[in-house]
Formats: sequence, structure tokens, C-alpha cells
Amino acid sequence: MSVKVSTTVNGDKVDFVCEADETLLDVLRNRLGLTGAKEGCGTGDCGACSVTVDGRLVCSCLVLGAEVEGRKVGTIEGMANGDKLHPLQKKFIEHAALQCGICTPGFLIAAGDLLKRNPNPTEEEIRFGLAGNLCRCTGYDKIVRAVQAAAKEMRGA
Amino acid sequence: MQYEAPDTTKAAVALLAKAKGSAYVLAGGSDLLVRMKGGFVEPDLVIDIKRIKALRDVKKTASGWSIGATAPCAELGENKALVKDWPGLVEAANLIGSKQVQGRCTIVGNLCNASPAADSVPALVAAAAKAVVAGPKGKRTIAVEQVTTGPGRTSLKKGEIIEAIQLPKRPPRSGDAYLRFIPRTEMDIAVVSAGVNLVLDASGTVKDARVALGAVAPTVVLVPDAAKALIGTKLDAAALNKLGAACSAACRPIDDKRGTIEFRTKVAAVLAKRAAKIAYTRAGGK
Repeated sequence: MSVKVSTTVNGDKVDFVCEADETLLDVLRNRLGLTGAKEGCGTGDCGACSVTVDGRLVCSCLVLGAEVEGRKVGTIEGMANGDKLHPLQKKFIEHAALQCGICTPGFLIAAGDLLKRNPNPTEEEIRFGLAGNLCRCTGYDKIVRAVQAAAKEMRGA
Repeated sequence: MQYEAPDTTKAAVALLAKAKGSAYVLAGGSDLLVRMKGGFVEPDLVIDIKRIKALRDVKKTASGWSIGATAPCAELGENKALVKDWPGLVEAANLIGSKQVQGRCTIVGNLCNASPAADSVPALVAAAAKAVVAGPKGKRTIAVEQVTTGPGRTSLKKGEIIEAIQLPKRPPRSGDAYLRFIPRTEMDIAVVSAGVNLVLDASGTVKDARVALGAVAPTVVLVPDAAKALIGTKLDAAALNKLGAACSAACRPIDDKRGTIEFRTKVAAVLAKRAAKIAYTRAGGK
């Protein structure tokens, strides 16, 4: 069964047709050309496919494409403002908070959600908030530092 | 696979009732989609119930609280009034998975997935929560502990869905707590768990108690003897030891890679004692 879906992705109206059992991750990557979200595990453990749906952080591998009818989807492609990088993106580069980069879009989306809810998190809160994102290059310390620096900049401190 | 997203419970029940092949209800999907991905289930029909507005609500009612079947667990943690009334239950619900999973997972899904290690279920059983079941023959309300019958199995009949969880009204001087043992700090499945819910009288003596254990039997178990050990006491050492002994006696666990029978039986008592102390303090006991 094919499903016709009208939704909003990063503020743009988008229509697509997908299979009923197709995940939002596969729709984003294979039908909409938004390849920022990555498939790591495909079972909600690694967070590489993190996106927001109606402002909630989710793993897009655990959402069906058909479910986002009328919803607002936010992906990594919507994070920078044109050529102007988001403070989190800038700080990830400055702090070298990435090696292979596969986990990075998911970390950025999850960190963005964390800072939206808690603009001044402690290190423990950052580590807990990002526990659903796995980095196999083991760059966690640099990621935490980058999030702390971005949080500071975003608070205008 | 066919995907349907009805906007009333009645329509969802009708779709489920007349389904020919395998039909599954989709709320948060954090169990169902994983099982689909792994090839453990191949649904002919998936019924997404998130378009049913009435099932979204988390609200205070005349008789306590009602938590709709599609309210994500993250929302429970953000509801200050609910956290105040049922801190233990919310803690348990918020232990399920990561922030990403919290944005999707639901307590009704946690219950219906019927894992003996489900985190929110011992807290729900300790809370004396009820499940509102809608089916082809109308609605019925059953105790939460009557929903699961074994690992992955429930007492729900064809065409039935759980619409909401009802929590009783909180009397003064009441408190609950949930603790689980996992070998790491987060993102894991309970090896053993315990939920305790207490009501105290004006002098701080336990007037009413419910104790439930997870991951020590085919289903979450309510332990009446453990509750009896606490009632009429101020949680002195003797009462806590009796509580622990009753909990260990109620365990019928399995040996597996996450824990042995011996370990689970011992730790059930430890966790129940610690959870009882937390619940007692939350109820205002000193």
C-alpha cells in the first residue's frame, strides 16, 4: 500500500508518496534527498537519525513516513541559516567534536533540542541528554565541550 | 502492509475487530517498529492511534488522573502537577530509553508490549492504576495487573485497545517511588525493579501500601505480603526486613545473561526497601 503524505520539512511544504511500512528516515534520505540523518542501528539505539517532529526529538528510524502527515519535521538541513552556521555547528568545528562525522547530525539535532529546553545545562545534564546518541570514534568529551561552548554563546554570555 | 490512522476510538476498534491478518496498534512505535525491522512481526495492518484527539490528553480528573494512550512519556515528566502527585510513576516512565525514545514511547505501549521488565509497569501496579479498555462490546475498566498474562502476552481480546490509564486520587501524606537495577547508568533494561506506593496517617504510620516487582517473574507481580509488612509501621528495621523477605519470596525469576535467579531474588529485596524509604519520605514521613 502506498500512502500520500503532505507535511512540512524545515519550514517547507513537502508532498511525497511512500510505502506504508517505510520509515521517515528512508523517506528523508531516499525520497526527499535529505541525507543528513544517518542510519546507524535502525532500532532507536544510536540516535544518528535524530530529527524533530512537532518539536519533539525522535529517532526517524522509529517513525513511519505516513505518520508525519500534517506535522512539522525538523532535520539537520534546517539547522544553519543559509551560509550562517548555527552556534552548535560552529562550536563542533572549533572543538573538533567529530571524527568520522556519521553521528554528528544526530548529536547536533539532539543538542539543539537539549539547549532549547535547558539553555544552561550542567555537564551531567548534557551527558544524560545526549545518552541516546552514540559516537564510535569516542569523541564524547569534545562533544560535551562543544555543547557547553555553544550554550554559553547562545545565552549571550 | 496497510496503514490506517482513524480519528476516533470507535473507528480504530472497528478496524481491529474486522482485520483478517495480523493487525497491530501503533502509538509511539518504539517497540513495534523495532520488531518490524527485526522481522519478528510482519503486520498486514498497522492502526496509528495518534490521530485520535481524546487519547492524547494527560489530565487531572474528579477521580485522580487520566493518561491517554498516545501521550509520550516525555510529556509526563514535563507535567509538574502529575510529577507532584505521582513522582515514582513519572520517574519510571522517564527511565524508558533515550530522550529520542521518550519523545515517542507511551506507558500504555509499555504495558501492552508486556515485557516482565517494563519500567513503568511496577510503578503503575503499585499506584493501583486502572486501564480503560475499549472494544467492539463497549468499554471496560480493569486493574493494570490484569492486562499482562505473560511475556509478550496480554488479556486484551480481538478488537480491544487501551484508551487510557487512570490513576486514583492522591490522599494527603502519600508518596511513591520506583527503582531498578541496571549495570550502567541509563539506556538499559531492568534486571530487577521495584515500585512502592504508600499512604501515611497523621502520625506518620503507614496506613496503606502497595508493592510491585518487575523482571522477577513472567509478569510484573503485586506482592500483598510485602505491603502487609509495612502497614501499621513507621518503616522500622524489622518492617523493612519483613518487606524484603516477602519480596524475595515472591520472586520466580529466570537465569539469563543479565542476571541470575539468586541475584534477582536478593536485589528485589534491596530495591524494595530503598524504594519504600523514598516513598515514605515523599509522603512526608520522618
